[in-house]
Amino acid sequence: MVLTQANGVVSVPRIVSSGEHLKRTPLYAAHVAAGAKIVPFGGWEMPVQYSGILAEHTAVRQRVGLFDISHMGEFVVTGTTQLNELFTNDLRKLAIGQGQYTLMCNPTGGVIDDLIAYRIEDDKFLLVVNASNIAADLAWLQAHGISVDNQSDRTAALTLQGPLAKKFLENSAALPAFYIERESVFGCLCWVARTGYTGEDGFEILCEAGDAEELWNEFLEFGAEFGILPCGLGARDTLRLEACLPLHGNDLTADTTPLEAGLKRFVALDKGEFIGRAAMNEKGIARKLVAFKMAAKGCPPPRSHYPILAGGRQVGEVSSGTQSPTLGGGIGMGYVETGSAEVGTKIEIEVRGKLFPATIEKKPLYKRGQ
Amino acid sequence: MSVPQNLRYAKSHEWVRVEGDTAVIGITDHAQHELTDIVYVELPAVGDSVEAGKECAVVESVKAASDIYAPVTGDIVAINEELTSAPELVNQDAFGKGWMFKIKLSDPAEVNELFSPSDYAHHIGA
Repeated sequence: MVLTQANGVVSVPRIVSSGEHLKRTPLYAAHVAAGAKIVPFGGWEMPVQYSGILAEHTAVRQRVGLFDISHMGEFVVTGTTQLNELFTNDLRKLAIGQGQYTLMCNPTGGVIDDLIAYRIEDDKFLLVVNASNIAADLAWLQAHGISVDNQSDRTAALTLQGPLAKKFLENSAALPAFYIERESVFGCLCWVARTGYTGEDGFEILCEAGDAEELWNEFLEFGAEFGILPCGLGARDTLRLEACLPLHGNDLTADTTPLEAGLKRFVALDKGEFIGRAAMNEKGIARKLVAFKMAAKGCPPPRSHYPILAGGRQVGEVSSGTQSPTLGGGIGMGYVETGSAEVGTKIEIEVRGKLFPATIEKKPLYKRGQ
Repeated sequence: MSVPQNLRYAKSHEWVRVEGDTAVIGITDHAQHELTDIVYVELPAVGDSVEAGKECAVVESVKAASDIYAPVTGDIVAINEELTSAPELVNQDAFGKGWMFKIKLSDPAEVNELFSPSDYAHHIGA
């Protein structure tokens, strides 16, 4: 077998072109010291796992896990009206301190990026964007007249995820989901948001790059009695996929619309004109992003680009897949023709020329407390 | 990382234990440690002919699928059926219960071309 560092998270895109200089987060040395396996991801050298994906995944579902998400981008922007023409959701609905999941689309309705926008002042927003799209987002926003204060390089970000996450940030324990506040955490001034990418309760903590290592160590020390584990991109991927949270580059692309992805509740079609709206209205929904489970436990895990068949013919393709640590079998998401997209539809996943049965399931595949 | 003295090794991290005219094959402790969390093993069928250096099985961790290469040429005479329901045996006992398949050797001398334990240890930087 071929063992290389690039033997990384299969279902995340590797956007590293040869010769490109990979960036490191302020926590790189801490990851290496903790025994992390490091892989290239979105232009960054990131930890894919420490103790093991299954152990880290379980820590988050049952206790608490700590992730470095410093690779993500942070922009501060102003101009509610202009921004609302670039995003699918409606920024006008946000109170100060409130955030929303939203998408930035191209004129054909394809997704440039998905992001969270927080209103931090009357007319000022903090945008948290995907690491691999920082440059593209910046260019798109600037091309549309938005002046962007790109704070990505001087901002680090950690996230505590899991049912015990609230024990770490008592001052923010009452913060509602998708709200953000300025808060001192272990003496470091941070943005603390009640968000995450795992399907569990949790916080995303944005701090000065220089404070990241101290916060990382404080969280691990404080969390020792709760069985905290540092978690890598591997567990981040299995957790988000069980919760059916889409990954840009896999489940959302410049060729898929938010409506096809089932994200209609984040698309304010009635708010007025925004880029991509006309195309979305016109196109309709020829295919849908569905979630599925493999029928048997002893199946190979589904992976990106495996064909999906129904009634003996190909009706789509897997966009993300993995072995589900919580559900104990193969799971995935994929785009299929609308006629084959109904919950309960029997499908087959083609793996190395063989067909394995699966069923389309209701999203999300994992919901906290169920 | 353990490298048992009674085995021979392929550069691609398979181990070989010769029993008469048959070779027992698995992947090394180093390989399972690098892959971690093995969740699926696809084995060849008994009766298949395999050729040294050619892919003949697949092992999948949560994050990736990796090909396994036949370290020697011959016919598959047995496979470890237990791995179908318990692929984690490869993680737990790579050199024992995690064995994958047995090849009836076409040319027993082929084994001599594989790494010795000390060469393999050097290869993985152990």
